[in-house]
Amino acid sequence: MSKVLLIAEHAAGSLNPATARALTAAIEIGPVTVAVFAADPGDSSHGVAAAAATLKGVAEVVTIGGSQFAHALAATLAPEVVALAKAGGYSHVLAPSTTFGKDLVPRVAALAGAPQVSDLMKVIDARTFQRPIYAGNVIVTVQVPDGTTVFATVRGASFAAAAGGAPAAPIRAQAPTYPAPAHTRFIGLEGASTDRPDLQSASRVVSGGRGVGSKENFAVIYRIAEVLGAAVGASRAAVDAGFVPNDLQVGQTGKIIAPDLYLAVGISGAIQHVTGIKDARTIVAINKDPEAPIFEVADLGLVGDLFVLLPELERALASK
Amino acid sequence: MKVLVCIKRVVDYSVRVQLKRDSSGVELAGVKMSINPFDEIALEEALRLRERGLATEVVVCTIGGNETQAQLRTALAMGADRAIQIDPGAGVHPSNEVQPLFAAKLLHALVAREAPALVLLGKQAIDDDCNQTGQMLAALWDRPQVTFVSRLEITGVTPVAVLRGTREVDAGLETLEVDLPAVVTTDLRLNEPRFVKMPDIMKAKSKPLEVRPAASLGVTAPPALETIAYAVPPKRSGGRKVADVAELVQALKDRGALQ
Repeated sequence: MSKVLLIAEHAAGSLNPATARALTAAIEIGPVTVAVFAADPGDSSHGVAAAAATLKGVAEVVTIGGSQFAHALAATLAPEVVALAKAGGYSHVLAPSTTFGKDLVPRVAALAGAPQVSDLMKVIDARTFQRPIYAGNVIVTVQVPDGTTVFATVRGASFAAAAGGAPAAPIRAQAPTYPAPAHTRFIGLEGASTDRPDLQSASRVVSGGRGVGSKENFAVIYRIAEVLGAAVGASRAAVDAGFVPNDLQVGQTGKIIAPDLYLAVGISGAIQHVTGIKDARTIVAINKDPEAPIFEVADLGLVGDLFVLLPELERALASK
Repeated sequence: MKVLVCIKRVVDYSVRVQLKRDSSGVELAGVKMSINPFDEIALEEALRLRERGLATEVVVCTIGGNETQAQLRTALAMGADRAIQIDPGAGVHPSNEVQPLFAAKLLHALVAREAPALVLLGKQAIDDDCNQTGQMLAALWDRPQVTFVSRLEITGVTPVAVLRGTREVDAGLETLEVDLPAVVTTDLRLNEPRFVKMPDIMKAKSKPLEVRPAASLGVTAPPALETIAYAVPPKRSGGRKVADVAELVQALKDRGALQ
């Protein structure tokens, strides 16, 4: 009988939407306990624990509170996750395949002496999964050997988010098992602006590429995003050129996203970028080069000068 | 301070990989192989630490058969002082593939013998895209990890050496401070690796390259994933081009992408 422990990702008192996507994969395997490690996890009336408890399909939430969890440090969390998984007899330990999960889960799996499935994109059965290799150009089906706990990170773009607002699952609190190691110290987080929708979970995303030309010119991307209520992203070329900060990067080495609408502006469509968007429902490309590879994956393509077309589009959307 | 850099031989980033005819794996015959680009960045950073007088020795290591010596020689030509090839031997795995947990165990055994102050390696290999080995090594070694690093400085030397690393995380740039020894995995924007010059390739031929069978490190293969199928993902087919903005907006409405 499978029993899944899902490690919640959260920040500033709210649950990261990637957790609800990973939950959808977890439910396919077995009953799910969500683990919330936090300085203040909250209780059944408020906080991250309460939010996790009302996600549809959650069987139980366990909170582990302690000041050492104020920041998600893998070296602090990993032994705790191993202890929790062992004590609860969990057959599976999952986390979202975000920088949080990618940092943490291998450390957990190694402590448990088990292999890990990275970027799980499909559940075939409780020990058989699909995952991408070679930047998503090949999909492999892998089997976890019997006798080991299954450790995996879940690729958010492959699963819809579990709905919230369900009757609250029971929440139990537990104390940490180990003292925090002193060898790792959090210094700071230089966050991006938070007045835009979150890129990872937004239903609409507008991205700019090298064709946008400069940091100043990116204002046109922000303007059209404003009209659409979209998050802003960028290609690696635009990030490397310093037009926008790195946390906006969409692609194999940046964020892999699956919005309902993706608008690629001045983006040629390098394979590593396309890997990050190919689960989008509708892809629109605007590019002055009619031969740009982005048109090979775009549902709708418009050839022309983005500095002419975007203001036109803005007017058309405003007047619709 | 000794720095150990771990590199992996992978299909060159510019190659468009294809499956074998019978779909039993990825076609590697006649394909250009290179140092994993993230590992090359790790090596470059180690060399810069040495050039700044912070590292005294840069040791490069890899895991694989004799074919990996070409990549070790390239690393020596870039400037590493010596190289170690850990030979896992045949039959470690049906495909002779060394998965991250096994790699981490081998590297841990090597770290116990070499005692580096810092282990640098790429955040992931561009073949299996696992993004696991550095974190697993840090776990087995019971030392700090700083993953996905785009900026790195050594901020203290005594009483303990301290490293400050800036990480590229989903929320922005996170800075951690760790006591050495530690494991650092590198992201793309940390640096741009140098090009290898012809005289350095000649010089690299006389630098030491040691082969260590995995058995001599006392490591046995841990449980591994079994790959039971390889497939090409369904291709997203392109749609159509529209003539102007009005047609684009109408098409989006027809698809239900705009209300």
